[in-house]
Amino acid sequence: MSTLSLAWRNLLRNRRRSLMTLIAMVLGLMAVLLFGGYIRDINYGLQSDFVRRTGHLQIQHKDYFRFGSGNPAAYGIRDYERIIAVVKRDPVLQPLLPVVTPTLQFGGIAGNFAASVSRTVFVSGMVVEDQNRMREWNDFELRILSRHLSLSGTAPDTAVIGTGVARVLQLCAQLDVPDCESSVVASTPQGAALPADIAELATTGGAPAKSAAKAAPDTARPRIEILASNARGAPNVAAVSVLRAEFQGVKELDDVYVGLHLAQAQRLVFGAAPPQVTAIALQLRHTADIPLAQGRLDELHKTTPKDEPLVVLDYETLNPFYRQTLSMFAAIFGFIAVLIGAIVLFTVTNTMSMAVVERTAEIGTLRAIGLRRARIRAMFVSEGIVLGIFGALIGIAAAMGFSWAINQLGLTWIPPGRIEPVPLAVRLAGEHGMMLVSATGLVIVAALSAILPAARASRMNIVDALRHV
Amino acid sequence: MPTLDLLPGGRPKALLHPVVLKGVSRTYRLDAVDVPALTDIDLVILPDRFTVISGPSGSGKTTLLNLIGCIDRPDRGTIMVGGKAVQTMPDDALSDFRARQLGFVFQNFNLLPVLTAFENVEYPLVLAGMSPNARRARVEKLLDAVGLSAFGRNRPGQLSGGQRQRVAIARALARKPQIVLADEPTANLDSKTGSEIIELMRSMQQRHHVSFIFSSHDPKVLDAADDAVHIHDGRITSIERRLAMAETSA
Repeated sequence: MSTLSLAWRNLLRNRRRSLMTLIAMVLGLMAVLLFGGYIRDINYGLQSDFVRRTGHLQIQHKDYFRFGSGNPAAYGIRDYERIIAVVKRDPVLQPLLPVVTPTLQFGGIAGNFAASVSRTVFVSGMVVEDQNRMREWNDFELRILSRHLSLSGTAPDTAVIGTGVARVLQLCAQLDVPDCESSVVASTPQGAALPADIAELATTGGAPAKSAAKAAPDTARPRIEILASNARGAPNVAAVSVLRAEFQGVKELDDVYVGLHLAQAQRLVFGAAPPQVTAIALQLRHTADIPLAQGRLDELHKTTPKDEPLVVLDYETLNPFYRQTLSMFAAIFGFIAVLIGAIVLFTVTNTMSMAVVERTAEIGTLRAIGLRRARIRAMFVSEGIVLGIFGALIGIAAAMGFSWAINQLGLTWIPPGRIEPVPLAVRLAGEHGMMLVSATGLVIVAALSAILPAARASRMNIVDALRHV
Repeated sequence: MPTLDLLPGGRPKALLHPVVLKGVSRTYRLDAVDVPALTDIDLVILPDRFTVISGPSGSGKTTLLNLIGCIDRPDRGTIMVGGKAVQTMPDDALSDFRARQLGFVFQNFNLLPVLTAFENVEYPLVLAGMSPNARRARVEKLLDAVGLSAFGRNRPGQLSGGQRQRVAIARALARKPQIVLADEPTANLDSKTGSEIIELMRSMQQRHHVSFIFSSHDPKVLDAADDAVHIHDGRITSIERRLAMAETSA
């Protein structure tokens, strides 16, 4: 009979105690796996959210990420259409990239002159159709997809604003924004009409603004004016029709967000000058393709003009919140895993210690008939390992069952930084790496737990052990 | 002294004096008090004999048996077992030595409760790395010799005291040791079973040419002995050589 077979039989001697130890291990592993699966789902949800909004990679001016938000014109990409064409045509990148789209983001002031109110805003100009395709990305097979943008199919001068912007601009009634009653009495409108000079800017805004006016604005919608600094540093104003106010998930963003069509945003910043963008977003079919795509983009970058220094940033760099969130969950997971590991360790140690005491005479006998100390140690450590293996197998099966049941409940929640509810899900299916690491960890903890009692058993004086009753 | 020829069965000359003790003392410490268990023991155990260490409770016979069995070490003196000075051997070497050269039969049988009778006898052979076929043949032979062929699949809990002790005897002989040490082997058996066990050990000793050394105060064991070592208060009081030395190799 092998050492493992002997270990198994010894564990069956006191079935109740072994069962209780096994249950402690199974519960511990289940807790670790379920929490790990929950974190994994959050990770995939967050990743999907960021990838749907910003793409996996962005080509930017090399200093835009650090300095460019205040002056997009200085850190824009001039030759963006050619770059997009090169990327789309590239035989390596083409099969990897379902979406390549330009974006322009800048700061400005939004005003509702009729109400005599204004506020600083963050304007995001986008190609709506491309953004909608980005929102269809679902590599992790999440059950809830992002909605298409409200700007879809709207006139070029249409805008969507955050609910916080709508409140400050006193557009609550027109845009049906909830929670809009303020105890502070709004000031009497001082400028019932837009000042003439500003109105002139808003209607002309350079030649392209006039062409924008070709699309008939919906006069029933509220209109706001957006003031921005143009490429030459002079103020420029565009009047846009607000389609709706949408909560942006994070209050800080919700209070400043204005979404525009890219062309409108470009007219506002660049006027009649050649338009630029602040980033080219690239969405990959699979996140795992990032290194390949990034490598290829770096190769292509060598062929771009040297007067346009570009850099490729991944979504983790672009969204520090993602890394921070994962780090936080990793810390919590680590804490819980250590806590549960300690509980398992003490439980198995206790079980093994009791087994050593009960089998003292047997240990004496085995030593007398020639077992070395190391063999005695191995015998008890084997029992710990066998317990650990069974605990791991049963724990994985139980965790799979529980995760399936939880996922069937259809629970949802809105995580921080998200707009839409996401399923409260535990993702274990297919997470072989996590299960293997957790199970191996349990077996190692079980083996470590047995080392101390095993060492005590091996050090026993044979004569004393044989006398033990 | 006998000559160094081979003994019947081809056993080597080194077995002529399987155990030699010289000036052996052993003291135990109980709480803060030193209790001498053995004092200045000089003893030669002759080969292929049925030797009984006899004496009242607390006389030191089990301590003497433990020292001969290499599961305890003396405070002073030398112990030669199978021609080797065992008192200075490292622990692992001593374990290997016990596994190869010594067999043990205990008062409480001390079988492994999770193993069947067959497996209990087989276990020392597993530790020795013997092949499964050779193990099987050896165990079947031994179980047959102790009259337990039909009980190989029984666990100790399913056997009577006498049967358990038979299994223990078979286990002790599994690796063909030079010496089998038995500590009060009949103490937990009824009179009839005890006699049967003594008879069995006697026949096994003769069949396997093994030195059997007992500690016992059972008169039946004493009667069956070739040699009797009487011990009292940790000192040997007398040694009875009931069998002439020449008969050993006869």
